[in-house]
Parts: sequence; C-alpha cells; structure tokens
Amino acid sequence: MSDRSTLRLAVLGVLLASLLITLVSRLFFLQVVSADTYTAQSSNNRIREVVTPATRGLILDQLGRPLVANRTSLVVSVDRQEIADQEDGGKAVLTRLAKALGTTYTALSYKLELCGPDAHEKPPICWNGSPYQPIPVAEDISQELALTIMEKRSDYPGVSAGLEAVREYPSPYDANAAHILGYLGPVSDDELAAQKRKVQEAQEAGTPIADESLLRRTDLVGRSGLEAEYDEALRGTPGIKRLEVDQTAAVVGTAGETDSVPGQYLVTNIDAKLQSVVEKQLLEAVKRARATDSRTGPGKYKADSAAAVVMDVTNGHILAMASYPSYNPTVWVGGISSKEYKALTSTKSNFPLISRATQGQFVPASTFKIVTAAAALESGYSPYSQFDCPARYQVGNRYFNNFEGEFFGRLSMAKGLAVSCDTMWYEVAYRWWLQDGGLDPKAKPADPIEKMAKAFGLGKRTGIDLPSESRGRVGGREFKKLLYEQLADAWCKRAKTGYPEVATTDPSRAAFLKALAKENCADGDVFRAGDAVNLAIGQGDMVVTPLQMAQVYAAVANGGTIWQPQIAKGLVASDGTVVKQFPRKKMGTLPVSKSNLAFLRSAFTDVTTQPYGTGYNPFNGFPLDQIPVAAKTGTGQAAKAGDQSTSWFATFAPSNKPKYAVVMMVSQGGTGAGTSAPSVRKIYEAIYGIKGSTVDPSKSVLQGGAPARSLPTVKSDGTPVYPELAAEQAQKKAETASPSPSSTQVADDAAKPDQSGQAAGLVAVSPLLLLGARRAARRRRRQPPPTASPPGQWRTGGGP
Amino acid sequence: MTLAYPTSVAPRRNQSLARRLDWPLIIAALSLSVIGALLVWSASSSRLNDFELDPQTYLKRHLINLVIGIALAVLVSRFDYRLLRAYTPILYGLSIIGLVVVLSPIGSPINGVQAWINLPGGFSIQPSEFAKIAIILGMSMLLSEKRDAENEPRDIDVVYSLAVAAVPVALIMLQPDLGTVLVIACAVFGIIAVSGAPARWLIGIVVGGALIAFVAFQVGILKQYQVDRFTAFVNASDPELARTIGFNTLQARIAIGSGGLFGQGLFNGAQTQGRFVPENQTDFVYSVAGEELGFAGAALIVLLFGVILWRAVRIAMRASDLFGRLVATGIACWVGFQAFENIGMNLGIMPVTGVPLPMVSYGGTSMFATWIAVGLLLNVHLRTKE
Repeated sequence: MSDRSTLRLAVLGVLLASLLITLVSRLFFLQVVSADTYTAQSSNNRIREVVTPATRGLILDQLGRPLVANRTSLVVSVDRQEIADQEDGGKAVLTRLAKALGTTYTALSYKLELCGPDAHEKPPICWNGSPYQPIPVAEDISQELALTIMEKRSDYPGVSAGLEAVREYPSPYDANAAHILGYLGPVSDDELAAQKRKVQEAQEAGTPIADESLLRRTDLVGRSGLEAEYDEALRGTPGIKRLEVDQTAAVVGTAGETDSVPGQYLVTNIDAKLQSVVEKQLLEAVKRARATDSRTGPGKYKADSAAAVVMDVTNGHILAMASYPSYNPTVWVGGISSKEYKALTSTKSNFPLISRATQGQFVPASTFKIVTAAAALESGYSPYSQFDCPARYQVGNRYFNNFEGEFFGRLSMAKGLAVSCDTMWYEVAYRWWLQDGGLDPKAKPADPIEKMAKAFGLGKRTGIDLPSESRGRVGGREFKKLLYEQLADAWCKRAKTGYPEVATTDPSRAAFLKALAKENCADGDVFRAGDAVNLAIGQGDMVVTPLQMAQVYAAVANGGTIWQPQIAKGLVASDGTVVKQFPRKKMGTLPVSKSNLAFLRSAFTDVTTQPYGTGYNPFNGFPLDQIPVAAKTGTGQAAKAGDQSTSWFATFAPSNKPKYAVVMMVSQGGTGAGTSAPSVRKIYEAIYGIKGSTVDPSKSVLQGGAPARSLPTVKSDGTPVYPELAAEQAQKKAETASPSPSSTQVADDAAKPDQSGQAAGLVAVSPLLLLGARRAARRRRRQPPPTASPPGQWRTGGGP
Repeated sequence: MTLAYPTSVAPRRNQSLARRLDWPLIIAALSLSVIGALLVWSASSSRLNDFELDPQTYLKRHLINLVIGIALAVLVSRFDYRLLRAYTPILYGLSIIGLVVVLSPIGSPINGVQAWINLPGGFSIQPSEFAKIAIILGMSMLLSEKRDAENEPRDIDVVYSLAVAAVPVALIMLQPDLGTVLVIACAVFGIIAVSGAPARWLIGIVVGGALIAFVAFQVGILKQYQVDRFTAFVNASDPELARTIGFNTLQARIAIGSGGLFGQGLFNGAQTQGRFVPENQTDFVYSVAGEELGFAGAALIVLLFGVILWRAVRIAMRASDLFGRLVATGIACWVGFQAFENIGMNLGIMPVTGVPLPMVSYGGTSMFATWIAVGLLLNVHLRTKE
C-alpha cells in the first residue's frame, strides 16, 4: 500500500476526529453554557395554564340589596385547536355557525385570530387570550340556538354553548348609581407591562408574587367607580390548573391545581331606596330648571348637568350620590360597541360618564359664605357684629353688586347669611385685603378666607373612595401666583403680538384681549381687590365639587370634624364571613371654635325658618319645628362666559342634632331656591318619612329611619340577605310552581341568574356553572376609558 | 519509506480468538447499542402507555434487533473477508433489487420517503442501509484489484467504482433520502482518497458534488420539504420558520439544552416525556440522551463513536491489504459522518435529514447494517498480522 494511501487515511482520521470535537463543543455550549435559557424554555413548553376565573364579588347597598350582581349569559365559544383540526381548517363549521349567529364567516374567523404581530390590524378584532381557552364569539344567544349547538355535536365540532357570568345591574328601586358603581374593561397592555415590571422587582427583592394574583390577558378589571377602586377585592383569585401537555397540546398530566376564590362582596353605605329618591329628585330639579325662564338671558334654563350628595355628617358615609346626565351601565357588559362609546363621550350627550358630584367643578357662589363667615368669626368679628348691606359696594373704581341689586341696610351676620347679602362680605374682604397690604402685599398676608377655605378641605381631594376625583381650587392669592407662573409667557407673547386671528373678525375684541394680555403680563400675579371680594362670595376663580360642599357643610354640622367621604362600608367574603368594616376616617378638624360653629348652625337654620331667609319659601310647610334644616342657597355666576347661573342648595339637618348633609347643584339651572331647594326638601321628606307636616320615621326610605349600623348578612351560599329577599323568593317560588314541562322552559330557568343551576338541561353541558360562572370574556379590543376632564369649568384667565 | 504492512498475512492463530478480537471496538459498539436501548425505551414508553400498549415494545424490539445484529456481525467476521470479495457482486445485486422494490408499490412510504419494505411481524427493512455496505464492498473490490501490479488505481478503476456507487445512489435519490446519499458520498470520497487515486479525482468529486447540490437546489429536483429543512437550518432565528419547519429541531435543542450537566434522569425528561420532540426514538433519539443523561451522557455517546472511529482507522491502517483498508475506511467514513449528521441535526448545526444514529436509534435495518459493519471491521482486524 502506498504512502499516499496511508497519509490520506491519517488525514481522514483527523477529519473524522474534528467532526466529533465539533459535536462536543456544540454540546458543551448548549448544555453547560446556555442551559438556563433552554431550561426556561422547556418548562414554558410543557405547562399550560387553564384559568378558572373567579366569580366577581357583588356590590351591595347598606342593607344587602345587590346593586351589581352577576347574571349568566348563554355564550357560544369556539375551540381554535379543534377547529384547526378539521379537514378544511374549520371553514365549513364556521360558515354554518356564522349563518346560525347571523354573521359572516369572515367576521367570525377574525374573532378567532390570535392577537399579535401577525394578526390583522384591521378590522381590530382578535382574541387576546390564551389559544388554549375556548374563544367566546357570541353572547346572549337564544336558547334554541344553544340547544342546537349542543345537540348537533357533529355539525359543530369545536363549538360549545354554555353559561357565563356577566355583570348585571338589578337596579333596586330603579336606582341607577352608574357613576358610583363604575364598569369593567379589559386589561390594557400598559397595565400588563407595569405588572411585569412589578413582578420582576418583587422577584429581585426576593418576595415573588403569587401567579394567581396576577392579571391575565383575558381579565376584566374595574375601569371606573367602585369596580375600579375595589377591583382587587372584588376580583377574587382565579383557580389555576397547570396542565402538562405534549407537543400536540394533548394533556398528559396535572402539575398543580388551585381552586378559584370568589371575589369579596363590597357593601356600600349607599341605600338603594334613598339613592333612587335622590336620582329622581335630581331629575325633577333639572326638569324644573328647564321649565323656568332664565333671569339673565332669553329662553329657559338649560340645566346641562347636575349632582346631588347625601352624606352622614357623623362619619362621612355617602348614603346617596347622583350625577346628571347618567347612563345605563349595562352598555359596558360584554363589551361596549364603538357606537355606544361614541355616544357616551360626545359633546352632544354632555359626557354622561363624568360624575358631576366628584369630578365636576363649579363656582360655589353663596354656599361658600359658610367659609367666609367662619373666617370672619375666627378673625375678630363677633356673632353680634353689625354689617352694612347696600345694593352695591365700591372697590377701587369698580362697583360690586348684590344679587339682583337688593339692599338690606344694616343687619347682623346671621341675617346677612339668611338673606344672602353679598355687599357686606365685600366690605369685610376688602378690609382684609387692605390690611394685607393691598396691591403691595405684606410678606405674610393673613388671607383669612383663603386659609379658612383650605382648612375646610377645599382645593384638595376629599379622599372619597372613587377614582379620578377632582380637586377644585381655592381662587386666592396662591392660585393667582400659580396661574401666572404657568401663563406669564403666553400672556407676554400675546401682549406683543396681539390677537391677529381674532382681529380679522372682531377688531375691538382683539384690542380688548391684547390690553388684557398686556395687563396680565405686567402684573397677572397680583391678588387684586376684585379677586379678594369675589372670593368672599365664592365667585371668581373659586371652584368646588358638589361632594366637597357636602363635606364642608357636614363638618360645620358635626362640630368641626372633616370626615373622609366613604362609599364602602365593608367587605364580606362570598361565604358570608365579614372581611372588614371600613372605619370612618378623620381628615381634619376645622379651626373654628365650638361656639362659632354653633352660631353658624343656628344662623344657617334661619335660612329656612325665617321669612326673610332665601330658603324659607321652598321649606314652607316642612315640619322645621321637628326637623330643623340648616341651609344655604347659591346662585353662581358661571365661570364660562355666556353660561347661565349655577343653582346650589347646601344643607344639613336636623340642625340641632345634625345627622345628614344634603347638597344639590344644577349647572345652568337658575337660582338655588328655585331649582334645587324643592328637590332637597323632598329628599329630607323621604329620609324622615315626612308627609305634609307629620314626621313618621317608619315611613322613612331608610329602614328604621336611620342608616344601618352593621353589615348585612350574606348566607354561606353567597346569597345576600336584604329586606325584600323573602318577598322576592316567595314570588319566584310561585312562578316556578307553575308547570313547565318543555325543554325550552328548562333552559329558561337555567338561564336565570339566581338559580345556581338545578335545571338539568344546560348544566350537564356546562359544569362550570356549578363551580361559579365564568367572567365574561371580551372579544375585541376596545378603547381605553375616557379620562376626559370636566368640560368648561376651568377658566384659564385672559378671557373676557 | 513505506508504512505498509506485509501483505501475506496468516491469521494469528497462535493467540486465542478472544484475545485477538478488537475489544475496544466491540465494547464501544455494545455500549452504544445498550444506551440506545435505554433511550428508545424512555422515549417511547409514555407514548405506548397512552395507547395502552406494552411500554417496552420498542425496547424489546431494539434488543431483538441488537441480538440479530450481533449474530450478523459474528457471521460476517468469521468469513475471511477476502472470500467476501467473491460474494460482493451478489450482495450488490441484492441491494439494487431491494432499492428497486422499495420504489415499487410494495415499498411503504414513511414521512414521505419511500425507503422501507414491510415484513410480516411488524418489522420493516430499509434496503438503502444494506446498499451502503454493498457500495463500500463493491468500490473497495474494484479499487484494490490491480493493487499487486500498480501503486495507484487507474482512472478507469475510479470510473468503475464511481459507477458502482452511482446506481444505488440514484435509486436512493428517487426515494428520496438525501441524508443517506450524503453519507454514501462521504464514504465514496473516503474510499477513493485512501485508494491512492489521483488528486484530480478528489477535487473533481468535491466540485462535482457541490455543483449537483447547487443545481438540485435551484432546479427543484429536491422536494419542497427538503428545501424547507435546509432553509430552516440556515435561518434558524426566523421565528416563522422556527415555529413550523424548525419546530422539531428547536424542540430537540430545548430538550438537549435543558439537560444540563447530568440530565434530568431517564424517564424524567420533560421534553421527552411530554413528547415535544418528534421522532425521538429514531432520528432524534440523541435529544433524549441530551435531556435525560445530560452533557455527561451525550458526550459519552460522542466519545464512544470516537472509540469506534479510532479503532476503524487503526484497523484500516494495519489492514493486511488494500481491500481490507478500503472497507475499513469506508465504514469509518460512513459511521463517522452519519453520527455527525444525526447528532449535528439534533444540536442544530446540521440540516434535518432522516438518518438514524448508528446503533442508538431504533430501527432494525440500521442496527443490522451497523453491526455488519462492525463485523467487517473485526474481520479485517482478525486477518491483520501484528
């Protein structure tokens, strides 16, 4: 054999050896260097989580009446895997189903597409949940269709029909309370991203968060109101079954299982019956305003929005709270359509999603005098001081008028408040302003009104347990400075450039605006005498939310304590055990002496009891001897030019032993006495069971004539016990006693919310119903909820 | 200076047969077969359990195959390999017939490849495995015939030997079984190289092979799945390809990667027992080793192949004649490249081709053929004079 042969053999041997060395190197890289990566991938690979959503907790009123419940809805779901396994990729099945549902194959198949980079951007429908979970494609289908799908398995492979839980609003006594209850929406990408960060941080900190408590793509979360505020408690913990699956997604074993824990029941301080009365009376006030000729201009009052609050002054509990316009919360169930959403967020509908009680900001007008009076009393004025009340009062070169040019001559503080004299407070405020240095203020001005307003909690959130509350603002010296800091640049620019865009249409207005800009640029931060006197009567830059006003009146009523307004009363587990009772929370104490507060209570009572009081007429015939009502009317000049006046009526009662504060506000609604006061009176009549001039606590809308002290009972099966329950159950019993032999009837019964599924027909198909109905899953991406600010109440200055 | 050993070799009858056997080779081959049995068992038992079949079905068959393979090896090693030369044409003819038969309706397609003949009793044979042996023997015979007179094979010998390889290769291409063709090409190259044929032939084979591959790729002789497998290999990072075509290799890689240093233990590999890796008792059996036995086990398999190759090259070196050397060379190239191709595919550094891992993968014909190869090596070894 030749040398060449041997040499080549040797080279071949080396080549073969190098192949093996290559393999070992690669093996080392995979198994030793990057082992972690692959181990992680491997465990993701084989575990599939099947989530059994927890039943969301109910929201109850103070007596246990469900305000938000869960209803079962017949839902058609499609299993992607099974559909994909069809010979034609499921086209025939889906076409058949689409026809039955009255939709098209294309529309249906979009719903089954997984969201992700590959998914169609348009139309924006895709399934953003787990591909291993059946995808709901239609809700609230007819029982006939459900039965067809269930019976004709061969026609509908991969398609199932079953009962799922969706939010339901039983509206006891027609109480709507939409703004309090809120609504649910799908988890957003941002929230999931934030959660991911949180989980990572927790992991690094060595305190990992349990998987069960995490939000999942398919979850619905509270987007507004109590649903958002108490989302975590209401949500419960989903049950997670960790299935080991193989490559074909066939289940080969169970790696772990946790049962779902239903969400807790949120008991509120709201009384459904009272809430219903308040909503009705608020609507009455709006109607009343719209039937009244405007005093300031042509036509009737527009009454574009309104709000009312009933608070327990002894603890801050909100017993009822309403906002107009409202909406039907059911629109959110199962996903809001874009048409509905547009309607709810349009100017035409006047933004019914915004709660005017907590998010609307309005000029408080004369209702603010309770603050001014407190400031006067604490700054040296005695309750017996005498004031002048001319028709107008001159400040510098400007005259400030009384409401409608009235004059009362010399009067006491109490009478001044009762008749709602403005000019007396102008004088008081002007004097204080001069004492503080006038246009050349002292380093530490006293600013008694501004300080008192802040001490009452104005200009900051009340702390109510609802999201997105507005702050309002105290339109004093500090605000002027703040505003100037923000707008000085703009003003000074305008002072130079003028308003050419306005000049083309209205040269004189443009000249006026330019002059104003110039003035503001020069000394826009100066707290002028005009600002000072406007603040004294709650005008100008001063704005409050109706809830803030209720808090203010409640604080005077209860002897000086500012309680945090509280809607939630407690949390009860679905098995009836009390989780917690929310204690009242003190936010502050008024810097006002007990005697001065007592004086204020009596002075404000004069408003309704004295014939000269602005609230005398509306309360004529009301048994004030038994239930004395302290009140203050307010007729605010709207901040926005051209708007009609804001009607206020702020009250508390009984003024000798205060229990309730009731505040009502109607925007562009006319006078406080004419529009709001009659409705507030009706609310008191409902609370005290007043008919004519007789007080009958047993006729009160509140059970026992007072708010409930303890939490309502929830039975161990999750049924809340409330006064009407027995009657309702008896009625139901009577209904079910009637013969119902047909299978459709059986399905009928099963679909009813409260029957936990004794009806055989559907339960056999949907065992989930027994475990606790599933939360409704959405089928399309929706827009995030509105974060719109209340319209038109923020005056940016510089305008005429 | 010549490295050649004396050609007139009498069997070393002064030593007992047992002492003259190449024990490292035998032990390495046996070890691989036994490890293979365990891996096949682990890979198949959960699947079989699901179908309520005997979970040891594949284990038993693998062991039966092994016994038959060893018997064949003993048989083959007992003949003087120089006598085998006489039978080579018959063996060659039989394998051609076998390859024709699989292409006929008698053959049964598996995974789109028409490579098997089903036999009664649930067994099936794959003629292309035997064709490898036939080609190696045929080529070695042709290239070594003129050895006594000349030092190098003439061009005409090389042409003949290439023709001998071309016929079965063409038939295997029709199945189509690209992986086996590559393995054969490797053996052909090795045999021609070691035969001492002029260098132009070696260059010609490499260039020609590359050209054929290029044309096949462009013109579409290759089936779509073959192109796809290749593109999936090249674009391993493309998620779309990874999800579809690259799925097997990705899963195999995950399995191997998650094995770590010492593995998750036999029957405990999550990927394996979860059946994420397809074909993991045959082509992807190495992923089971990677996951359940870890780096230690997987590297041991490579090491055992190393032992076999070392012994094969050593036997070739010491062979008493060129025929014996070429046979040993062909076997070394075959087993070495096939192992590389299979393991490389499991590790994601080679495209997916359906070649089994010699002796480890489940599959009777492969087991028989490899053990026959071991028998041939022993045969050459036994007739080498130390």
